[in-house]
Amino acid sequence: MADKGYLPKEKIKEFVEALGKDAAVYAPSLEGDTIIFRQYTSDKEIALDRPANTPPKGAIYPQCETLLSFEFKKDEATPQKMDIELKTNLDFPKAVVFGGRPCDARGFTVIDRVFINPEASDPYYQKRRENTTIITKCCNGPYAGCFCVGVGGGPASREGSDVVMTEVDGGYYMEAVTDKGKAVMSLPMIQDGASYEAKAKEANEKATAKVRNPFPADSVDKVSPELFDSADFWDKVIAKCVSCGACTFLCPTCYCFNITDEQAIMTGERIRTWDSCMFQHFTLETSGHNPRTIKNKRFRNRVGHKFYYYPEKYENAIACTGCGRCIRYCPVSVDISEIVGYLKDPKADPAQWAAEKKDAKN
Amino acid sequence: MSTQKLKEIINKVLPDVETVICWQEGFDKLNVTPIFITSPEQVDKVVWNAACAQNLASYLPAQKKKVGVVVKGCDSRTIVQYMQEGLIDRNNVVIIGMPCKGIISKKKVQKAINNEPVEEITYTDDSIKVKTPSGEKTIAIKDVCPSKCTSCQYPTPVISDQLAADAIQSDKPADSVYADVAELEGKTLEERWAYFAKEFDKCIRCYACRNACPMCVCQDSCIAETRDPHWVTQKLNFDEKLMFHMIHALHLAGRCVECGECERVCPMEIPVAKLKKKINKEMKELFDYTPGVNPEDKPPMFVFNVDEAKIKEHKL
Repeated sequence: MADKGYLPKEKIKEFVEALGKDAAVYAPSLEGDTIIFRQYTSDKEIALDRPANTPPKGAIYPQCETLLSFEFKKDEATPQKMDIELKTNLDFPKAVVFGGRPCDARGFTVIDRVFINPEASDPYYQKRRENTTIITKCCNGPYAGCFCVGVGGGPASREGSDVVMTEVDGGYYMEAVTDKGKAVMSLPMIQDGASYEAKAKEANEKATAKVRNPFPADSVDKVSPELFDSADFWDKVIAKCVSCGACTFLCPTCYCFNITDEQAIMTGERIRTWDSCMFQHFTLETSGHNPRTIKNKRFRNRVGHKFYYYPEKYENAIACTGCGRCIRYCPVSVDISEIVGYLKDPKADPAQWAAEKKDAKN
Repeated sequence: MSTQKLKEIINKVLPDVETVICWQEGFDKLNVTPIFITSPEQVDKVVWNAACAQNLASYLPAQKKKVGVVVKGCDSRTIVQYMQEGLIDRNNVVIIGMPCKGIISKKKVQKAINNEPVEEITYTDDSIKVKTPSGEKTIAIKDVCPSKCTSCQYPTPVISDQLAADAIQSDKPADSVYADVAELEGKTLEERWAYFAKEFDKCIRCYACRNACPMCVCQDSCIAETRDPHWVTQKLNFDEKLMFHMIHALHLAGRCVECGECERVCPMEIPVAKLKKKINKEMKELFDYTPGVNPEDKPPMFVFNVDEAKIKEHKL
């Protein structure tokens, strides 16, 4: 099987339809002015010219999924006895995520560490992940808010992808990264690509050079624990946050969820839905106590999870891929890279923030 | 020019207040972001241009001390509505009014420049010059403004303590305000249903529309999220999405000040303000009431009259 190839632009539809013969293909679809990852059907218009509004995260980790369904059953002989029948379904079809960006593909690797590991794996995520092939489109350049190079990625990063494709000469140079990817490359629309390799490399290098790294060269790797613990700091940087969930629901790495039972008398489902640490209910305990009643604490958790706790637990891996969506779509333009920049500043000093000498873009 | 005047006013107001809420440059030239000014050194960061879209009045109910706030005409209606509903103490707010000829919709600008990254923008009174990797483009503000600007009746704040520029009179006909709703009303039931079904299916229930809405006062206790009782399911099907938006719209009946924040902030670009405008239009026709214009008004849903002038329930 070839691991390099070329796909002309006019063959994209045909290629996606061929992929769809034995798999559910999730592709960025244009709906009005919005690009959303949807399961491909021939009436959808595939949009590859800019990153989708949403990441493809939901293809493997759906925003809402049924963990089990249940039904109460009466025993005719002993009416006071009630049985409950449980059903689960782990029979997921093969899937392809087509046309995500390198930051989107890297997002899955962040979730993998949590949901697939020797201690405890999530069977729903694991099964879907194993069944899915990820074909990623490298970026020609940055979009508003992007900062992938600042968090170890890049517009041509291969991490998490099975195939990467780079726009060259009216088509895409395709390169398989994994064996799963090589299997895709045998489809007949893929032409010989060896002659495009150098051009693709050049395009990728050019794109990489254009992406901003928000963290100056002298930034420290770990966030300052002192500044992180400073309430003054969070008060100032986050005064403008409206505490909605746009940032977390558009994030390719956020994986927190909520579980609820949705019951209608005798039948029901236990569902898992994405949750957001930006919501007040996220940490509301059964007792009524809530450790994070104010938005500052909630926002601190979001930054801490991605840049502090997660790296501590998973060998310095950062749980942010710099896709820029949380910046781009924030109602009040909160810039997480700016905030992390203060925390990674070698001269980070909580006293300065307390003394009102510092005035961030708050 | 008016930016300079604005800065002067902020400097004058600052000693008497805890903070002045204004705009400053955001992460790129197309974006501004709110700034909470507490010291005179910060005043230099203040910007005033067509990108100043955020309705800063929304922050007022959460403020504990006396604050200053910069508002455009449309934003100022929020303050009046807050006064009508007793959500703020007028004595604790210094209102700095910014007459406005129209702002830009970030989404429309991005579309006009093929979603290329923005390198530089120059703002003039009625146009913007945008520099992208493929060149420079001049765009008229009227071509990329949000729909609220095309029918703006209140270019000058309806309430203010200071004005940072000369007052402007609206040149838009009053009946243009609900032109888009009227157009939708002209469609058949099936067409309207198809329209809303398509749009609301994009919703991801991130609640940006709710949290950015100045009149959504329940916030953390919103019916869409409470878990005990569990009023609305967490499922992501179309019915649940529509249910949430219907609740949002109904809770704003005769309260929506039409600032357009819900629609501006939607990351999925859903025209969420349409439902609210439709209800406002009904309220106008039934009660002859326009929200957020006169502090002495009582919102019609806050009062009960046995006989409403235009509701003839006893003569049915």
